[in-house]
Amino acid sequence: MRLHCLVAISAFRRYSTYRWATVTGVFVNSVFGVIRCYILLALWDTNPHIGGYDATDAVTYCWLTQSLIMTTGIFGGSGVDEVATRVRTGDIVVDLYRPVNLQSWYMAAEFGRSAFSLLGRGVPPTIIGALLFGLRFPQAPLTWLAFTAAMVLGVVVGFSIRFLVALSGFWLVDGRGMLFLINTAGTFFSGFMLPINLFPGWLADLCYALPWVSMIQTPIDIFLGQESAFDFARGFGTAVAWAAVLLTAGHLLLARATRKVVVQGG
Amino acid sequence: MPTGVRADRVSHAQRVGLGLSGYVMIARMWVRASLAYRTSFVLLSLSQLVVTGMDFLVILILFSHTDALGGLRAPEVFFIYGSSAVALGIADMLAGSLEAVGQRIRDGSLDSMLVRPIPVLAQVAADQFALRRIGRITQALVVMVIAIVVAPIDWTLAKGVLVVLMVFAGSGIFGAVFLLGGCFQFVAGDAAEVSNAFTYGGDALAQLPWTIYPKELLRAAVFVLPLAFINWVPVAWILGRPLPLGMPPFMAWSSPVVSAGFLGVAGLLWRIALRSYRSTGS
Repeated sequence: MRLHCLVAISAFRRYSTYRWATVTGVFVNSVFGVIRCYILLALWDTNPHIGGYDATDAVTYCWLTQSLIMTTGIFGGSGVDEVATRVRTGDIVVDLYRPVNLQSWYMAAEFGRSAFSLLGRGVPPTIIGALLFGLRFPQAPLTWLAFTAAMVLGVVVGFSIRFLVALSGFWLVDGRGMLFLINTAGTFFSGFMLPINLFPGWLADLCYALPWVSMIQTPIDIFLGQESAFDFARGFGTAVAWAAVLLTAGHLLLARATRKVVVQGG
Repeated sequence: MPTGVRADRVSHAQRVGLGLSGYVMIARMWVRASLAYRTSFVLLSLSQLVVTGMDFLVILILFSHTDALGGLRAPEVFFIYGSSAVALGIADMLAGSLEAVGQRIRDGSLDSMLVRPIPVLAQVAADQFALRRIGRITQALVVMVIAIVVAPIDWTLAKGVLVVLMVFAGSGIFGAVFLLGGCFQFVAGDAAEVSNAFTYGGDALAQLPWTIYPKELLRAAVFVLPLAFINWVPVAWILGRPLPLGMPPFMAWSSPVVSAGFLGVAGLLWRIALRSYRSTGS
């Protein structure tokens, strides 16, 4: 456990080194935040209560999606994506030699990375959004606690999806196509492009059943305090269930991949 | 120079010719390389198509909740979406690689381009030329053609000519933004992400009607970075609506001029940036 904490801390440090990348990232997220806000506001202007949101909820939703991009790693940027490259180059052998489980090692690193992303890439756009548009922040401390728990679950689900994709590199050699596919699916099914409440019923049901919802829509709905007891249980239940299933799958697949690996050269 | 031949004494026209033929040569090489893996090429083109299709799906979902966005109806918004996406697609295919110049500056491989007898700009722009981006252009073009047929527009010859001019001018404006992004990377190590805010961000902006944005944003899109001339200004006239910011109707034809001027400024800055380049090596 102590080792994993150290891994997490060094991952945090690693990502905090790139200060200008963080600043430019915040700038880009904020530009998109502004544009997408006006798009949503144009819709709410014609129809003020779509999907149970009012205009302030929609604006808050929009800025939180920008803040969660890096925190839960919806487009990637996660350290675990390196595993695929390391498989291709053969560096993975070094990882497999370590007396630590590969999955728990990268998960610890992912927690460190997303903790930095929350501070460096998550908080600033939220503040900018609040200054420009006025967002709705939760009042009850318990809501903040639940929001944090939902974000942590989002990070775990995101990690476990990407870990599986990275392991596919053991079989596909070039895992870039797979990564592209998973990023695209995540962008749409997580509710990043639009709140899932706006989707037609069947599509919304599908999204709520898929794992990506835990990375964007579930934490934001908790933040907006809109949840009925049912939504709340469904959100956490979906996240925990997917995390368990995907982590187990990752564990099993890793065992198979390890047995399969053949190292070239001396 | 050993003999009396001055290699730098090439006329301007010759340089342009060299640049174009060099560009075509390098692009053709990359196309041939990518077609060597046919399955991968088809899959990547299809995925490009799906990704840009998602933007369109969002617009469709928006219109499932309302009849009009910013006072414009669905086919009119499709026209706006298509005209911006086609322009970005063309610019991205022809000049999108300028985004990667930062990588070449950092690893020093820009140096090898400086000694080749083809203008550096042509080499950088054609680098990693990706024909698969045709997927994005096709998707956007289909939407645009459907919108042209469905939208309530009284077509005249002038409007038809303007549509064609608009696509070229829009691609030029996006191309200039890519070029400016490339220039900026000479100053700020790896800032490829900043140009994303203006290329893909510009596309996100221009995909929807100008009427949903506040005046300050429109002013910025006219006077700071001329993104409004990609499609908004000509489209407003074609749709028979008042032009953004109360511009007179003849301004609908100004896009090609703005585009050429903007490209000129960006090209000048590129020269300055390239001249200021000092290699990384020791």
